[in-house]
Amino acid sequence: MNVNGASVPALSLQRVRKVYAMGDSEVVALDDVDLEVAPGEIVALVGPSGSGKTTLCSIAGAILSPTSGRVVVAGTDISGFNPKQLTAVRRDLVGFVFQSVNLVPFLTARENLLVVDEIGKRTGAPARARADQLLGELGLADRAKNLPAQLSGGQRQRVAIGRALMNDPKLVLFDEPTSALDSKLGMAVMELIQQEMKARGTAAIVVTHDERITRFCDRSVHMDDGRITKS
Amino acid sequence: MKLALRELRRRPGRFGAAGLILTLIALLLMFLGGLLDGLIRSSTGAMYALDGDVVVYTASAEDSFLRSRIEPTLRSTVDGVDGVASSAGIGVVQLGARLADKGPRDLLDVVVFGPEAPPLGVDALPGDGEAIADTTLQEQGVQVGTELSVGPARSTLTVVGFVEDTQYLGQAALWTNPETWRTVLTDNRPDQQLGDGVFQALTVRVDDGAVAADVADAIDIATGRSTASLTVVAAAEGLPGVEQQTATFNQIIGVTVGIAVVVVALFFALLTVERASLYGVLKAVGARSGTLFGGLVLQAVVLSAVACVIAGSAAIALDAVIPPGSIPLRISGTRIGQSAVFLLVAAVIGCAFSLRRLLRVDPASAIGSGS
Ligand SMILES: Nc1ncnc2c1ncn2[C@@H]1O[C@H](COP(=O)(O)OP(=O)(O)O)[C@@H](O)[C@H]1O
Ligand SMILES: [Mg+2]
Repeated sequence: MNVNGASVPALSLQRVRKVYAMGDSEVVALDDVDLEVAPGEIVALVGPSGSGKTTLCSIAGAILSPTSGRVVVAGTDISGFNPKQLTAVRRDLVGFVFQSVNLVPFLTARENLLVVDEIGKRTGAPARARADQLLGELGLADRAKNLPAQLSGGQRQRVAIGRALMNDPKLVLFDEPTSALDSKLGMAVMELIQQEMKARGTAAIVVTHDERITRFCDRSVHMDDGRITKS
Repeated sequence: MKLALRELRRRPGRFGAAGLILTLIALLLMFLGGLLDGLIRSSTGAMYALDGDVVVYTASAEDSFLRSRIEPTLRSTVDGVDGVASSAGIGVVQLGARLADKGPRDLLDVVVFGPEAPPLGVDALPGDGEAIADTTLQEQGVQVGTELSVGPARSTLTVVGFVEDTQYLGQAALWTNPETWRTVLTDNRPDQQLGDGVFQALTVRVDDGAVAADVADAIDIATGRSTASLTVVAAAEGLPGVEQQTATFNQIIGVTVGIAVVVVALFFALLTVERASLYGVLKAVGARSGTLFGGLVLQAVVLSAVACVIAGSAAIALDAVIPPGSIPLRISGTRIGQSAVFLLVAAVIGCAFSLRRLLRVDPASAIGSGS
C-alpha cells in the first residue's frame, strides 16, 4: 500500500475502459474514462440510465475489474489485482451503498454494521463502539436491535450507510442512494451523507438521476454512453 | 462465524428438515452399530468369557471346537512353550435342552462348556451334574434350581447360577465342570466321545508382559504346526458367520454415511443457491470466500452435532425400553461416539460440494439488481 497523505487522491481513474461481452456482441459500458476525486471530496455522478454510472462505481469500489486502464484507490493501484487482493481492497479501503438495500435479513441493525468487522479485521470492542457511534449519528440508536424487516426504507438506507462507513474507508460509493425513497426522505438522507462524509473527511461518489441532489455535493460529473461529458 | 450461528438460531425452521433427516440418519447409524455389536456379542460372548489369552485348537480343526482334539502329550508340549503361564482344557457340545414343564418339542438351543478354568464372571466351577447358565435362559423361565434335560439322552443338569454375556453362535452357554461335560458328551454324542484327559481345545494364559499373538505363534512352532493357536479375539472373530456379519453391517453403515453425505451436500447446495445474493453482498463488503465457507461448514457441523445429541439420547432411551433378549441390540458409548464422528465427517464432506458454487458467487451480483 502506498502512502495515504492528504495530497493523494481518493480515487484516480485513467483511461478506464469496461467492455461487457454479451454473447457475440459487446457492450462498451465505460469508454476511456478519466476521473479524479480528491480526499474528502463529494462528487455527484449524473447521467441517464445505462450510461455506465454503476459500472464506474463498481470498478472504483473494487467489485469489478476494468478491461483496460488504471484504477488507483487512495494511492493503491488496483488495476492488476487478483480477486483475493480486490477483496482486501473492499474490506479495507472502500465502502459501498448499493442501489437496492442489501442488508442481512436475520441480523439486527447493529449486527449488520458489525458484520463488516466480523468478516474483516475482527477488532471486537472498538468495532462495537464504532457501530454504536455510527448508529447514534445516523439517528438509529433506538433501532439498533431491530431487524431490517422492522425498519422503514429510510432507516434501512441509513443502516446501509453505517455499514459502508464501518471500515473507516477512504472512499464511499453511493449508487442511487435515494432512488427508493420519496423526495423529502431522499433529501434528508443526502444531508446525512454530506454530514457524515464531511465530518470524517471521507471522499464519496454519489450516483443519481436527480439534479436536486447535486447541491449536497462539491461538484457534478455528467456521464452519457460510457463517457464523461461534463465535469 | 457469528453470522452463521445467528442464522441457525434465528431461522431454525430453515434447517428443520435437514436437521430431522440427519437426526434419523444418526439414529439409524447408532441402531445399526448397536445391532452389529449385539449380534457379535451373542455369537462370541462365550469366547470372550474364556479365562485365557490364547485358544489352542488342533491344526486340522479349522479353528472350531468340534473337530479339535488335544491329547495330554500335546498339552505338555504347549505347557513347555516360553511365555505360557498356564493352560486349561476345554470341551464344548451343542445340544437341545428341555424344560420339565414344557412340551417335548420345545427345545432350547444350548452349548455345554466344560472348561477346567471357570469363565470370567464365575468364581468356581459347579459340582457334578450342575451348570451355571447364561442369563438369556432366564427369559425362557430358567431359574436357579431348574432341571434341564439335555440332548437325546436327556442328561440332567441343574442350574445353580447365572452369568451374563456368554452366548456362543446365538446359543446360551451352560458352564459345567469338565467331568460333567465329558459325561454329557459321551451320553449324547457317543461318536465324539473323548478319552480321559483329552480335551477339544486349550485356553492358555500368557506370562505377564508377553504378547498373546507371539505366544500363539510360538506354540504352533513348538508343536510342529499340529496346533492352530489364536488370540481370544482372533478366535472369536474366526467363529463362523462373525466376519460376514461384521462385513455386511459395515457395508450398510457405510452406505448410510454415504446417504448422510448426499443429504448434507444437497441441502447445503440448495442453501448456497438460495443465499447467492446474500453471499454476493457479503463478498462485496469484503468477505473472503473462505470465511463464508467456514460459516457453512460450521452450520453443518453444529446441525450434525445437535442431530447426534438427539439421536444418541433416543438410542439410549430405545435401549432401555426394548425388552432384553428380544433383539440383540447393544448400545454403547463407543458406538454412539463413532456414529457421531462418521456423521460429522459426512457433514464436512457434504459441504465441500457447495464450495465451488460459493467460490463462483460474484460480488458484482450485489450491484446488479434494481439498476
Ligand atoms: N453485467 C453486465 N453484462 C452486460 N452488460 C452490462 C452489464 N452491466 C451493465 N451492462 C451494460 O453496460 C451499460 C452501462 O450499465 P450501468 O453501468 O449499469 O449503467 P447505469 O448505472 O448508468 O444505468 C448498459 O448498457 C448496460 O446494459
Ligand atoms: Mg445503475
